Amino acid sequence: MSGPAILVLEDGRTFTGTSYGAEGETFGEAVFCTAMTGYQETLTDPSYHRQVVVMTAPHIGNTGVNDEDPESGRIWVSGYVVRDPARRPSNWRATRTLDEELSAQGVVGISGVDTRALTRHLRDRGAMRVGVSSIDTDPQSLLTRVLASPTMAGADLVSEVTTTQPYVVPAIGEHLFTVAAVDLGIKAMTPHRMAERGIEVHVLPATSSVDELLAVGADGVFFSNGPGDPATADHAVQLMRAALDRQIPVFGICFGNQVLGRALGFGTYKLIFGHRGVNQPVLDRATGRVEITAQNHGFAVDAPVGVVTDTPYGRVEVSHVGLNDGVVEGLRCLDVPAFSVQYHPEAAAGPHDSAYLFDRFVDLMRATRVSA
Amino acid sequence: MPRRTDLNSVLVIGSGPIVIGQACEFDYSGTQACRVLREEGIRVILVNSNPATIMTDPEVADATYVEPITAEVVEKIIERERPDALLATLGGQTALNTAVALHERGVLEKYGVELIGASIEAIARGEDRERFKEIVASIGAESARSVICHTMDDCLSAVVELSYPVVIRPSYTMGGAGSGIAYDEADLHQIAGAGLQASPTTEVLLEESIIGWKEYELELMRDRNDNVVIICSIENIDPMGVHTGDSITVAPALTLTDREYQHMRDVSIAVIRAVGVDTGGCNIQFAVDPATGRLIVIEMNPRVSRSSALASKATGFPIAKIAAKLAVGYSLDEIPNDITGVTPASFEPALDYVVVKAPRFAFEKFPQADPTLTTTMKSVGEAMAIGRNFTEALQKALRSLERAEAVFGWGKQPLDKDALVAQAALPRDGRLRVVQQALFAGATVEEVNVATGIDPWFLDQIELINEVAAEVRAGADLAPHVLRRAKQHGFSDRQIGALRGTTESVIRGVRHALGIRPVYKTVDTCAAEFAASTPYHYSSYDEESEVAPRAKPAVLILGSGPNRIGQGIEFDYSCVHAAMTLRESGYETVMVNCNPETVSTDYDTSDRLYFEPLTLEDVLEVYHAELAAGPVVGVIVQLGGQTPLGLAQSLKDAGVTIVGTTPEAIHLAEERGAFGRVLADAGLPAPKHGTAMSFPEAKAIADSIGYPVLVRPSYVLGGRGMEIVYDEPMLSDYIERATQISPEHPVLVDRFLDDAVEIDVDALFDGTELYLAGVMEHIEEAGIHSGDSACALPPITLGHAEIDRIRRSTEAIARGVGVRGLLNVQYALAGDVLYVLEANPRASRTVPFVSKATSVQLAKAAARVMLGSTIAELRVEGLLPRTLDGGSLPADVATAVKEAVLPFGRFHGVDTVLGPEMKSTGEVMGIDALFGTAFAKSQLAAYSGGLPTGGRAFVSVANRDKRSMVFPVKRLADLGFEILATQGTADVLRRSGVIATVVRKHFEGDDGTLDAVQQILAGDIDIVVNTPYGVGARVDGYEIRTASVRKGVPCITTVQGLAAAVQGIEALLAGEVGVRSLQEYGRDLRAWREES
Ligand SMILES: Nc1ncnc2c1ncn2[C@@H]1O[C@H](COP(=O)(O)OP(=O)(O)O)[C@@H](O)[C@H]1O
Ligand SMILES: Nc1ncnc2c1ncn2[C@@H]1O[C@H](COP(=O)(O)OP(=O)(O)O)[C@@H](O)[C@H]1O
Ligand SMILES: [Mg+2]
Ligand SMILES: [Mg+2]
Repeated sequence: MSGPAILVLEDGRTFTGTSYGAEGETFGEAVFCTAMTGYQETLTDPSYHRQVVVMTAPHIGNTGVNDEDPESGRIWVSGYVVRDPARRPSNWRATRTLDEELSAQGVVGISGVDTRALTRHLRDRGAMRVGVSSIDTDPQSLLTRVLASPTMAGADLVSEVTTTQPYVVPAIGEHLFTVAAVDLGIKAMTPHRMAERGIEVHVLPATSSVDELLAVGADGVFFSNGPGDPATADHAVQLMRAALDRQIPVFGICFGNQVLGRALGFGTYKLIFGHRGVNQPVLDRATGRVEITAQNHGFAVDAPVGVVTDTPYGRVEVSHVGLNDGVVEGLRCLDVPAFSVQYHPEAAAGPHDSAYLFDRFVDLMRATRVSA
Repeated sequence: MPRRTDLNSVLVIGSGPIVIGQACEFDYSGTQACRVLREEGIRVILVNSNPATIMTDPEVADATYVEPITAEVVEKIIERERPDALLATLGGQTALNTAVALHERGVLEKYGVELIGASIEAIARGEDRERFKEIVASIGAESARSVICHTMDDCLSAVVELSYPVVIRPSYTMGGAGSGIAYDEADLHQIAGAGLQASPTTEVLLEESIIGWKEYELELMRDRNDNVVIICSIENIDPMGVHTGDSITVAPALTLTDREYQHMRDVSIAVIRAVGVDTGGCNIQFAVDPATGRLIVIEMNPRVSRSSALASKATGFPIAKIAAKLAVGYSLDEIPNDITGVTPASFEPALDYVVVKAPRFAFEKFPQADPTLTTTMKSVGEAMAIGRNFTEALQKALRSLERAEAVFGWGKQPLDKDALVAQAALPRDGRLRVVQQALFAGATVEEVNVATGIDPWFLDQIELINEVAAEVRAGADLAPHVLRRAKQHGFSDRQIGALRGTTESVIRGVRHALGIRPVYKTVDTCAAEFAASTPYHYSSYDEESEVAPRAKPAVLILGSGPNRIGQGIEFDYSCVHAAMTLRESGYETVMVNCNPETVSTDYDTSDRLYFEPLTLEDVLEVYHAELAAGPVVGVIVQLGGQTPLGLAQSLKDAGVTIVGTTPEAIHLAEERGAFGRVLADAGLPAPKHGTAMSFPEAKAIADSIGYPVLVRPSYVLGGRGMEIVYDEPMLSDYIERATQISPEHPVLVDRFLDDAVEIDVDALFDGTELYLAGVMEHIEEAGIHSGDSACALPPITLGHAEIDRIRRSTEAIARGVGVRGLLNVQYALAGDVLYVLEANPRASRTVPFVSKATSVQLAKAAARVMLGSTIAELRVEGLLPRTLDGGSLPADVATAVKEAVLPFGRFHGVDTVLGPEMKSTGEVMGIDALFGTAFAKSQLAAYSGGLPTGGRAFVSVANRDKRSMVFPVKRLADLGFEILATQGTADVLRRSGVIATVVRKHFEGDDGTLDAVQQILAGDIDIVVNTPYGVGARVDGYEIRTASVRKGVPCITTVQGLAAAVQGIEALLAGEVGVRSLQEYGRDLRAWREES
């Protein structure tokens, strides 16, 4: 039986529970995720860097931990909040328990918390800083440290998650295209989805120079998801502009969507509590079809919906909108070969409704190649 | 796409009577559909033979036909109403099959009726097992290896390839009708034979067995833009081999990784597209190999199903309602999500709680039935519970079943581990409790997993419950944190009391003193991502409660819990009506119930819904929470049947206000002695009776009042354990078998009234005036449970004098008992004496039937009376007729016949003889100008084929019936039937000039000719008349009756039933049977009432 732990939000609201995973103390931005499956993918998604993730699904860890499902080399969340952790995992692929995995990776968590109450609090008051501790269970002293911890707004975190060395994910089957993928916090499934379509993916550090990017001689450039405030991603925006200037086909997702938005001159802003889950309805304004998407974003692009906007790179329209709250979920350039979405078509975890976007990227590269 | 403008009228087909596999979930779905269509300004025409449904309330549709659901009858309705479209995907398998039949008869084409929801092609692709397998293959998914068979020979050659055990599954059936698992050739003959019989296309599927694999279901919706969403995933705790309807299931699925879940999702979306269900809901079942994750598609239902009802209640997403909107052209993103009000319906619900559904069985009523759970559904109802974790939800679900033996317990005496593990291997009612006991006895999770196939995660959770139980039991006194922990894992105060060797109330006292109370969370479809506008609550021992304060006075309505024989949809009907009318009259209505199939558990039926078990503890906590939220007028206990009625006294003792009839008054009616005095004071006769504490006493009483006697344990429901005893040996046998007679458990002995006409009466009493709502005359004589016998309203043979006498007697009882609200009395008219059999101070099973037959909203009026309105006021207001009552109807009023529907077909080898113990699961109503026609309609609605209009009648009756049988049988002969009879019966008939071919009885030596049973099985008989005689009877004729059931031949077991059948047959032969809507009947009645 593990010892007591507490969770203190920056507005002082405190929850008591039981220590889960590693003993210790951690800080970050408190966010909630409504996915009922895929905790392993969630934990290893670099976009969750510096965030303390509250799972709304009460039972976590039921299928244990396996070696196939991680989306990156490590767990990125800075803290984990659950209600009922599994005592015993059950799945034919499981090799260890989630509790063991969290401890092994030094991830501090708390269980036995009224996660619904906490979620309602974050929904109404917005994502905020939080501290979780199993070493100091005095709310007051923890609160002072919470208030001293950095905020997410203005945080430049890409440098902390991006790969240090470039690497190549070979095409599966015939090699049709080459793509340079700017790693702003990329998930393993993303290059895989491209590789499945005959794309050789060169994953590059976010710090790569324009020349290094162009040196790949890619048919297209991909901008991945990632953590932090897009307002700080100036270098990524430069890389994006370099690709746009040269009419190289561009596809961006999540953070990449915000980077494209900024490159086009749109602003970005912080959502109250963001979109985190695998049930988010998104309307493709071109087809009128609704896709159920996996999402994980706290910031969004500020672009006018339903009108064509003139930008330094020509005409641009909002291609996708979130049906729950009308948030911009995708951009399409009409005069340069570039598009992006705010959600996760690679969907791990999540539904596969949006996989077609990778085909769109392929079509875009094919079309550009023909016209060139 | 907005709603189609080319649809002005739609015909909705309901699902008919409540039967095993098709219960009130289709009242819930059909009602939602009708409401939605009307909101869209569409004229709704409805056909459903089940009078107990909300959907057949005249205000739910524009034209409501309570008529048999057959292609012939529905064609007449179509001819009369000319609807633009037919919606058949919300009335279960019945509606779907009827739509197919209408198409095949060319009716849809002839009248230009468009089938909306699912096309004929889609239905065929989904329902035809062979074509479905092709589709599964075409999308690159797997199904179990199988062979389609149309004959027994096909089957025999198929097993060579598949090898035993094989699973037999007929096409176009539901609830696993006619399906089963064959372990050898004998099984195969028996099951496949029945299966070929059950399938309308005489087609069965023989399939490789994958018993023990994990079983899952997904509920999907698709719109015209081809948007598809998964509403809910359901995981069966009982693995493959136990029908999902009989499995304990949980939502959402709890033991799948995202990869496995998304694979399942991709396959189901591919399936719904390939099958081509254009709009609406659909259910797809899967099996997963626990060792490899290999996924197999079991089946799909291209319609709203029982699981869709469960999914709707489990998620808050109203599948049926949305399906109806999609059917008229909307797309998912155009439909708002009621619960959030701001987000669209095109999303996938996220749950932050766990839902558990547990089935309720009725094997105690069918001792001869095989209680093993298999691929054919056997449960008669289900309870659902919601908790913040699995253990809480599971224990709440188990106590919601209202069966002491279903709830986990921890005895002190040592248990035989190995025996328990072995027992757990055999799936039966209550298996999970055996599992819990086995683990408690020291079995490991691995051992139990190997024996049962139940996933180790679930087993570990049960282990957890056992550990908590041990903590509760340990220690000198109960530590607060242990108590809280126990509550967080769903322990009831009673369970904790048992563990601590004290009572429920002591524990509750301690708990309240410590301030340990449940909070109430909200089902909001989105795991709290958005604010919910609908107060759909469940309890949990968590931190924050979400019950909103209110200004309006609240009334709590206690529902009736899981459906069971004797307490079903009829009671939900009354609860729903109370909610409607009290809402209108300014109260905040609060529904408490745990039955996911019902209309009462729709979040928009009442102002607030608490999905909670109906136990004292759970109800008291809801009451407490609502009291904290605002003023509470009181609790209604008299509409939900015996369940809430049984809580009345203890609720009152706990300080709860009961509105309507007081607990003391209820006691006066329920307790034999007290009620005897009420009758004595009123000078009303009751059958001679006595109460025995021992066999000698019982014998003495029987001798003094004379045989036959009716015996039963005191305090019974639905006639449980009731038997007619003809002599002393039978009496001692009964005492031996059916009772643990003692001063604590006395046995009631009543004079059994032979040849008495039973009369059922529903009435309303406000303290001064009695409103006689309806007088029903039973077709079968007293001795056959009121719930099982057919009855007619108005009473066919009673005159004004008798009805006046009944009115006076009923008023005297109402006064004597002190009724405020509804009263149901059963009388037996023997000779000229009107005996009182019993009085129930509550809504009865017949309230909806009476309401529909007399066009009076009885349950609504009752709810108003309970809250203080007088009958006089309600007459002025128009809720009750201005003058007269249900006992005074116009001479030419239409006759409504109620017929019971029995589940014998589900239970091989169960005798069909009716008695004082209720066995029916549902009922139908036939209404027409004349009794004969109405009766014929009721038979057609209750049994496929209904009454024959010619052919061969086989007659074999007990001696006591020989006299009375002659006339009706002679009439049958005159009507052109060929009569076959057993020797004795034939002799009697011959003397009256009826020449009957003698057929040898089953056990009479074989002389080469086919005996009665063989002829029935050979399909040579069109109608069977077999009345059992007292003692021997339970054996004699048994084979004849069970054979009839197997062949689906009408089998009449009483002479009165025969007489009615003959009138029905005459009516059918007389020609065209018409159809007429309830609204038309109502108009006539109201007009007549205005004049008089
Ligand atoms: N091949 C099989 N092996 C073992 N059990 C099976 C097999 N196919 C079906 N079952 C069991 O039989 C039940 C009923 O089968 P199903 O096809 O769903 O019939 P229904 O149409 O009555 O729902 C399923 O819930 C499942 O548990
Ligand atoms: N004294 C009696 N003589 C004949 N039939 C009786 C007598 N008492 C009860 N019955 C039959 O038994 C049935 C059930 O008895 P009842 O007292 O109504 O029990 P329940 O509470 O189950 O309705 C009645 O509907 C009636 O047909
Ligand atoms: Mg099924
Ligand atoms: Mg009765």
